[in-house]
Amino acid sequence: MTERVVLLVGTRKGAFLLDGDAGRRDWRVRGPLCEGWPLHDLSIEPGTGAILAGGGNNWYGPAVWRSDDLGETWSHSSEGLTYGDDGPKVTTVWNVTATKDAIYAGVEPAGLFRSTDGGATWQHVEGLRQHPTTPDWQPGNGGLCLHSIVPHPTDADRLWVGISAVGAFETIDGGRTWETRNKGVRADFYPDKYPEFGQCVHKLVMAADGGAHLYQQNHCGVYRSADGGRQWEEITPGLPSQFGFPMGAHPRDPKTVWTIPLNGDDQGRYMPDASAAVWRTHDGGDSWIRSGEGLPQKDAYLGVLREAMAVDRLDPVGVYFGTSTGQLYASTDEGVSWSLLADNLPAIWSVEAALVG
Amino acid sequence: MDALETAAVVHLPRSLVALFPGAPRRLDSRGSTVAEVIDELDQRIPGIRNRLLDAGPVIRTHINVFVAGRRATLATTVPAGSDVHIIPAVSGGSG
Repeated sequence: MTERVVLLVGTRKGAFLLDGDAGRRDWRVRGPLCEGWPLHDLSIEPGTGAILAGGGNNWYGPAVWRSDDLGETWSHSSEGLTYGDDGPKVTTVWNVTATKDAIYAGVEPAGLFRSTDGGATWQHVEGLRQHPTTPDWQPGNGGLCLHSIVPHPTDADRLWVGISAVGAFETIDGGRTWETRNKGVRADFYPDKYPEFGQCVHKLVMAADGGAHLYQQNHCGVYRSADGGRQWEEITPGLPSQFGFPMGAHPRDPKTVWTIPLNGDDQGRYMPDASAAVWRTHDGGDSWIRSGEGLPQKDAYLGVLREAMAVDRLDPVGVYFGTSTGQLYASTDEGVSWSLLADNLPAIWSVEAALVG
Repeated sequence: MDALETAAVVHLPRSLVALFPGAPRRLDSRGSTVAEVIDELDQRIPGIRNRLLDAGPVIRTHINVFVAGRRATLATTVPAGSDVHIIPAVSGGSG
């Protein structure tokens, strides 16, 4: 059966789905869905193909939405998505990641929740907020959000998370205990540039080699780890800036990743010289290649947020990104050249690529 | 006085009803406080409580509940036959 790509786009004003044809050339836009709720992340539940969407509404609070019919109808729940009546109020959901065993939700203020009934009810993974560093977690400009959830591909008890202005953590016992995973990552905004925690991870992704190699785009550089985050090595040299948000990993080649550098945290946070480009490496970050082909090369004051880049699993791999001003771009040649899919969406917060049969 | 005459009438906003397909904009309740009214609503429209209440529990910051025209809390008494309006707070300027 021919597979086609459906792009799941989370925006400030609801979800949009783009149905692609088999050649990834023609796209039909559907939306806004989920009643126009601000959505930070959309993803697919393995096995069922259900679409999950996480976000929060200014009036009605946080929720995880679910559609079992590719976006035609939706339900939503936040039952159990709480720190309790005496705890801090959960304001929004930043990440929804499903494994074959559970669905995980990362929320603000930073914490992790798990559902084993398809998102109908949620249980707090309390071990993370019981980490001894928790009282000293401080929100960054984007808030104190748990935005990256990276499950191990085969070990259900092993999971990495990324928290803005706090850093990366790993559990190897199903969430009961956690350890920081920030060694070798800079925090330029502290007197001690290499603290145990406090690093501002922007996006954490796993390479396609079974769980040992991780990459991260950080506020202060780009990094790789060959040992599950126990030690990080900076791979920023060759990029035009150390600052950016999203990152995408190749589904089969562990040494290929894509990132979108922005000009700097205090310089407007748009693409360097207002010339749009995606950068990729094919050697694990030893060298970087710029691609601006098909992207605007002048007067392009574009920003791309942490969840707004995706890759599909086709061959050649499709790469997609959305901007905070509503443009959606795609590459069907692994990031060599680009084309515009949609130009006038609301501010894009997330992009995910799903394959449907 | 029959049972219907003693019930309060609860008025729900469009944006809330839209989250629960098939839910009515207006329904009766016999709850004697706002908290009881919302509990009763949740039995008839599962999940609606989480949309209206935050941890505490308290009414969400940008949700207003009025009983007989007066701003209410969860503890506010709901007299028989009164109108309970649930209204999202006005919001503007953010686009």
